Amino acid sequence: FFLLNINCFTGMMMAAHAPGAASASGKFTSVVENPKEARFSPYVSNGGTVVGVAGQDYCVLASDTRLSLGFSILSRDCPRVTKLTSKCCIATAGMQADTLALHKMLQYRLKMYKHQNGKEMSTDAIAQMLSITLYNKRFFPYYTFNIVGGIDPNGEGAVYSYDAIGTMEKMKYTATGSGAPLIEPFLDSQVGYKNQLIKPDRERTKDEAVELVKDTFATAGERDIYTGDAVDIMVMTADGLSVEKFPLKQD
Amino acid sequence: MFKNQYDTDVTVWSPQGRLHQVEYAMEAVKQGSACVALRSKNHAVLVGYMRSSSELSSFQQKVFEVDEHIGVTMAGLAADGRVLSRFLRSECLQHKYVYDSPLPTGRLATTVADKCQNCTQRSWLRPYGVGILLAGYDATGPHVYYNCPSGNYFEYHAFTMGARSQSAKTYLERHADVFDDCSLDDLVLHGLKAIKDSVQGGELDADNCNIGIVGEGQPFKVLTKDEVQPHVDRLDTEEMEGEDD
Repeated sequence: FFLLNINCFTGMMMAAHAPGAASASGKFTSVVENPKEARFSPYVSNGGTVVGVAGQDYCVLASDTRLSLGFSILSRDCPRVTKLTSKCCIATAGMQADTLALHKMLQYRLKMYKHQNGKEMSTDAIAQMLSITLYNKRFFPYYTFNIVGGIDPNGEGAVYSYDAIGTMEKMKYTATGSGAPLIEPFLDSQVGYKNQLIKPDRERTKDEAVELVKDTFATAGERDIYTGDAVDIMVMTADGLSVEKFPLKQD
Repeated sequence: MFKNQYDTDVTVWSPQGRLHQVEYAMEAVKQGSACVALRSKNHAVLVGYMRSSSELSSFQQKVFEVDEHIGVTMAGLAADGRVLSRFLRSECLQHKYVYDSPLPTGRLATTVADKCQNCTQRSWLRPYGVGILLAGYDATGPHVYYNCPSGNYFEYHAFTMGARSQSAKTYLERHADVFDDCSLDDLVLHGLKAIKDSVQGGELDADNCNIGIVGEGQPFKVLTKDEVQPHVDRLDTEEMEGEDD
């Protein structure tokens, strides 16, 4: 009942051109001279930052818990991460309403899969399914910036990043949301060791990765007003899932 | 006497006020392999005897999970059963999706009954040829419902259906008083004892027996072969000791 959404809003997507150009004399233009149509926007940004780091046999997925609207804070403890299976989680930044609807829908699909196939969906299957689900709403997208993190069928950590309409890429690390521009370069440097001649000879352990992720949020929280309050950190291994809450500055 | 004139279409009444097609559908249930459902104050148990069409084939699974708190067993046309299982599952998921709470067992029984009744009142459909035993645990405790192909449903303390189930019925009627206070293991044992004599040409063992349990603090679970074995062993031990049932 939910795969093919009726795109009755497609009509609304046609742009209404604001009539009139800037006045030739270069004076300030007034609203009377150039009326703009006030339209209902179905989208709003609730802020938030999400980070995922994959290791040899673990995956760390974290998101901050601040829910914002404009310059206001709506909640300091709003969960953005949902556990999907014992080995896979999804974390989403963007609009909270779409986030909740999307996560709920995925959980429904996962349960149906388990009933019909007698086993849980693997992380790579979930990743693909999310991509399809997002693209199915290509013309009225979920305002969601997702990261799927988990243990793939080979026992290795995997992180998948998405855009709003389902472009999917499997990566070793990624960040999305309002603090992403502050975090991605940091991860490139400290996890990807990009353009560095001297690299460590071993990969980070799970605990070191968690410490790194805490650092990234503390860093982003310094400059990004939409990131702060606390971080939900999910650490997945082949043995299961553990959850940790890390407090951040509340300013 | 004139049954044959009025039994071709499900939408034709007989002069005696019966719908013969619906009654024939109920006969199909009696052809299926036996299954039993019973409940205590805190638990509900389903036991199904699995048939295999030949020595080389697998056993037809009898007990299915519908949701975390409801399980089902069926007798009759297995294909109809599979389709209805899918419906049961999606109804439960739908309810949880919209209301964020488990669908009460009685409500599910009603929904399925309506679906079955639908087929008895359309000339282009035929009734489902499968009887459904629902066992669930919700806020009001454990429940067992039987859904008939006719669209009727009743709640039971214990029920059995399928081929050679008369002996099981007799056993359940005789022991109904003790079920309420039984422990889960004892309840399973009663289920096995009831169904024991409905087995055709052989013994009840971990291979041909499906057991499902649900109750307080126990989400619905179909026992694996290894988990069924101790119960079957207990049944065999009690039999050998010649305990009176």
